[in-house]
Amino acid sequence: MSKNTRTILICSGKGGVGKTTLTANLGIALANSGASTAVLDADFGLRNLDLLLGLENRIIYTAQDVLDKNCRLEQALVRHKKEPNLALLPAGDPRMLDWMKPEDMKKISELLSEKFDFVLVDCPAGVEDGFKNALAACKEAIVVTNPELSAVRDADRVIGILNTSDIEPIQLVINRVRPNMMASQEMLSIEDVQGILSLPLLGIVLEDEQVIISTNRGEPLTLTDTLSPAKKCYLNVSERLTGKDVQIIDPKNEGKSLKDKFMRLMQTKIF
Amino acid sequence: MTLRDLINKLLGRETASANTARERLQLVLAHDRVDMSSLTTDLLDKMRKEILDVVAKYVEIDFEEVAVSLETEDRMTALVANLPIKRTLSGDIKFKKNDKNDKNVKGEKDTRK
Ligand SMILES: Nc1ncnc2c1ncn2[C@@H]1O[C@H](COP(=O)(O)OP(=O)(O)OP(=O)(O)O)[C@@H](O)[C@H]1O
Ligand SMILES: [Mg+2]
Repeated sequence: MSKNTRTILICSGKGGVGKTTLTANLGIALANSGASTAVLDADFGLRNLDLLLGLENRIIYTAQDVLDKNCRLEQALVRHKKEPNLALLPAGDPRMLDWMKPEDMKKISELLSEKFDFVLVDCPAGVEDGFKNALAACKEAIVVTNPELSAVRDADRVIGILNTSDIEPIQLVINRVRPNMMASQEMLSIEDVQGILSLPLLGIVLEDEQVIISTNRGEPLTLTDTLSPAKKCYLNVSERLTGKDVQIIDPKNEGKSLKDKFMRLMQTKIF
Repeated sequence: MTLRDLINKLLGRETASANTARERLQLVLAHDRVDMSSLTTDLLDKMRKEILDVVAKYVEIDFEEVAVSLETEDRMTALVANLPIKRTLSGDIKFKKNDKNDKNVKGEKDTRK
């Protein structure tokens, strides 16, 4: 009980911005750094976290069974074979949405807190009950967004709600960053997004096709040996989350081709 | 201004879309954020009219140029009214078109933080 567990809500408002991918990669990275870590799929409507982690065939019990006392927490937790420091607590079936209350989520997160250093809660999109239940289980939050109008707007609504709760700190991750487009000013810059949302920036994640490839394989990038732009970012976010004093990856330094260099030249302030 | 902006200007091209995105976002968020603290568009329209009524008691306003809107910066939302004055009611004509200092009402602070 005295364990100082960090339960972190991974939320976004808008769907499809990269919450589940971040949860899976961050979960592996934290576990790999030595912290015992649980990832909780709070997206009961459309569960996916098991797929991204490649654990979909090993689920026997779910969070629902734990709440119903059909099983003990340990029985429902799915340990990752390649990263035993990481365990998944799978979402129950979508009907859970009908009866689930914030207290139920709180109960689950308290159980997990007794065993783990980090609990990452993969939140459903939207700002309705599913989100509010997940929120009740957490102490901190990471808001994931993309450098796009609709994603930033929805993130702002979520931040508005978070600000009325006692969640603290609330940090920002900007996903699917394209350095080229930012350099040619055809994409909102990191400064734009951060300035508009006024949250401390935990990190950025570059747009990277390896994300899709690793999802196909059910192996998060942070688990593989491939050196890819997004993997570097996930590791950076993980380090910063554990309090390591490392710089945020700067998209201006990413992209090494001649075209990138030209784009950067064009971005130079002349007056 | 960046090198790219300059070239765009010289070629008469549109400015980069990130600028447009930023401006549109700031506007829509100003409204979203106030909506949250229950100032609806309806109320805003009503308030706009009442402000004009009050000001019109004292000076003649150029109604064509009136703009009352919400602007947001650093999570602070302000009500900004630009009410160009044609002349004071006492008679002396003073053209002050587009004078920014006509009226500037600081709005309520965004209740969130
Ligand atoms: N950095 C990235 N580069 C490329 N593709 C990405 C990146 N991040 C996420 N994606 C892709 O975006 C899609 C949505 O990602 P993900 O499922 O993680 O989002 P989500 O926020 O959890 O969605 P939902 O709201 O539906 O739960 C996936 O197809 C994923 O592969
Ligand atoms: Mg998801």
